[in-house]
Amino acid sequence: MEYFLQQLINGLSLGAIYGLIAIGYTMVYGIIGMINFAHGEIYMIGAFVALITFLAIGSLGITWVPLALLVMLVASMLFTAVYGWTVERIAYRPLRSSPRLAPLISAIGMSIFLQNYVQILQGARSKPLQPILPGNLTLMDGAVSVSYVRLATIIITIALMYGFTQLITRTSLGRAQRACEQDKKMASLLGVNVDRVISLTFVMGAALAAVAGMMVLLIYGVIDFYIGFLAGVKAFTAAVLGGIGSLPGAMLGGVVIGLIEAFWSGYMGSEWKDVATFTILVLVLIFRPTGLLGRPEIEKV
Amino acid sequence: MTAISMSSPRAIAWPAILKEAAMTAFVALLLTIPLVGLRTVDRPTGLGLETRWNEVAAAVGLVFLGRLGLCLIREGHAVTVLVLAAAATAAGFFIAMPTEALRVILIAGGAVIAIRAILAIRTGRSKLSQAERDKRMDHIAAQVQHASRWLGPIAVVVALAFPFTPLADRQLLDIGILLLTYVMLGWGLNIVVGLAGLLDLGYVAFYAVGAYSYALLAHYFGFSFWVCLPLAGFLAAMSGVLLGFPVLRLRGDYFAIVTLGFGEIIRIILINWYQFTGGPNGISGIPRPSFFGLADFTRTPAEGTAAFHEMFGLEFSPLHRIIFLYYLILALALVVNLFTMRVRKLPLGRAWEALREDDIACASLGINRTNMKLAAFAIAAMFGGFAGSFFATRQGFISPESFTFIESAIILAIVVLGGMGSQIGVVVAAFLVIGLPEAFRELADYRMLAFGMGMVLIMLWRPRGLLAHRDPTILLHGRPKGGSGGPAAGTAAAGGQGIAGGSAK
Repeated sequence: MEYFLQQLINGLSLGAIYGLIAIGYTMVYGIIGMINFAHGEIYMIGAFVALITFLAIGSLGITWVPLALLVMLVASMLFTAVYGWTVERIAYRPLRSSPRLAPLISAIGMSIFLQNYVQILQGARSKPLQPILPGNLTLMDGAVSVSYVRLATIIITIALMYGFTQLITRTSLGRAQRACEQDKKMASLLGVNVDRVISLTFVMGAALAAVAGMMVLLIYGVIDFYIGFLAGVKAFTAAVLGGIGSLPGAMLGGVVIGLIEAFWSGYMGSEWKDVATFTILVLVLIFRPTGLLGRPEIEKV
Repeated sequence: MTAISMSSPRAIAWPAILKEAAMTAFVALLLTIPLVGLRTVDRPTGLGLETRWNEVAAAVGLVFLGRLGLCLIREGHAVTVLVLAAAATAAGFFIAMPTEALRVILIAGGAVIAIRAILAIRTGRSKLSQAERDKRMDHIAAQVQHASRWLGPIAVVVALAFPFTPLADRQLLDIGILLLTYVMLGWGLNIVVGLAGLLDLGYVAFYAVGAYSYALLAHYFGFSFWVCLPLAGFLAAMSGVLLGFPVLRLRGDYFAIVTLGFGEIIRIILINWYQFTGGPNGISGIPRPSFFGLADFTRTPAEGTAAFHEMFGLEFSPLHRIIFLYYLILALALVVNLFTMRVRKLPLGRAWEALREDDIACASLGINRTNMKLAAFAIAAMFGGFAGSFFATRQGFISPESFTFIESAIILAIVVLGGMGSQIGVVVAAFLVIGLPEAFRELADYRMLAFGMGMVLIMLWRPRGLLAHRDPTILLHGRPKGGSGGPAAGTAAAGGQGIAGGSAK
């Protein structure tokens, strides 16, 4: 039972991370119908910016942890968002009306470029970091211990999700975004600046992925330039699982994938956990192609 | 500054231009501050930071100037910009920049802006529209397609003669083998992507199945290459059917991601099942191919087998084996090519082309979509398997490292950059994607960086692939009579429109 609870908490925090990345995939897919293959790299850049920010404020002599974390969060969201914006501007916007494969190839190229860009600039070795938030919260007489970092991950994710949902459902930006998702041409006729909305979608997705990157840095304490690929594929799996285009679905899918991974590694060993994830993806696509919360899509000639 | 604006045809809106350039520079600043300006370095006490503000300043400055140049071209000052850009390119060769990469950016950026300026001077506009550019390239593509009737045989003859030219040394032959391997993989994947219109992101899985089939059969049962080659193809085709059966009902992007997942699953199985596959250490000592089972390529062959050089009365040379491998892969690649050319004219190939254009229309015309797609998948997988077992026998060593996603991406890039469905395009793209990086081996660090950027740039420049040309292979009433290039280009453009429209839904 204790072991189960322990894995549950690990799975939830991992799922929160996948969910945050998955939102970027699902939003972009919802609005322009492409798989943003470079999104995993954006998340990796977020992790690197967080690491660099931490080292920078460390060298400035700031040691108060909450302030350091806040600065890391803001800096990684800001700088990574600029990367998200630039990637869209350079690699995707000119291809908006091209055949469907072109943006995907462009995205794969961008992903390879960003990976090597970070590798050349920051080195290929993995970057270890001493724990910033050490300590555990013990529950049930010490049988279950929750590290503060994992707790913080879950709390921050819930807070971000709340704010983000408000942004999408209550503000005019969110309304414009949902309008573009349904019909871009009509939205632009009604005075919505579609280019700007798409840019902002990428910016928001990148900012959320940056948070995920920072969380991974805090939880695992080690990152390298290659972490984006697998996390990206898994987050995409999460987005598909939840029903692509659906925001709550992305979060739900992330949590499900995180739980599967945690329980699988907890009970069956970590070697095959990726196979488990991909198998789930295949099974979901075969038996419920619209995902858990997705709308069925009508095919037309 | 005043001199320029005096000679200008119309007054320059300096504030607006400067603002635009400054905004771009500001974005560049935000991009470069964290990753370029601050580098993490390993110190004995843990991670440390190093600052490189000079590189940030140089990058931001270059971006500012570049944007300014583009703005000025737009405003009609192409001549001035051309002179300045040419000067900047020249300066790139002499001025010391903080890093080699920045120097390359300076030279390349200057050259690009200079070309833009020349175009602007010639056409009177700063930019060709996408449609115009497409039309021109379609024209070229149609001509190449037309020329491929005699270009193809010439290329084959050149490839056949190549090992006997004095140029052919060990290194060039190796590059030739590598190129042909990718050409073969590209042609194989072209059946799925170019003909049947299915986006397969996990083609490398079949390559791996083929390679491991041969390696394991040789390792455990001592089968020879010539027995294993068809077996490897068969096993790869079976794995294609096995994967394809459940997932072929999926729509485009989902299908792509599932194939990617499948590729990763195969790789993880190869890594984790170490009792059987050797795990991350791979399999070494894979036997080399013999001369069709008749003779060996060693100087002193084992008891009971003949030596190749004795059989033909030649002096022993280690090159014989390389040349044999070269012809082997050439033959395999040509088999794939011949197969594709022929099958396009058969009902099966025509059904693929129709499926690519419109899935649902095909279903309503009574074509069994699943079976057709499954056939494409299995056949492409089989060719991937052949290529894989060739790879295993050439390397003599395989490990899961060779079958990562990046390989799939490279093969897909060859197909898409070449122009989907174009056989010549695959060859051209393989030369670009594999040949160029091989030629610049010394720039090893920047190779993949340039590869990624190149993929993006080619897509931006020509989204449908370099030599995209999608006439249906067979028409109901024959081809319209007329000039060689013109009408064909017209239909190609029309076909392209249809595809763009069809895939947008």
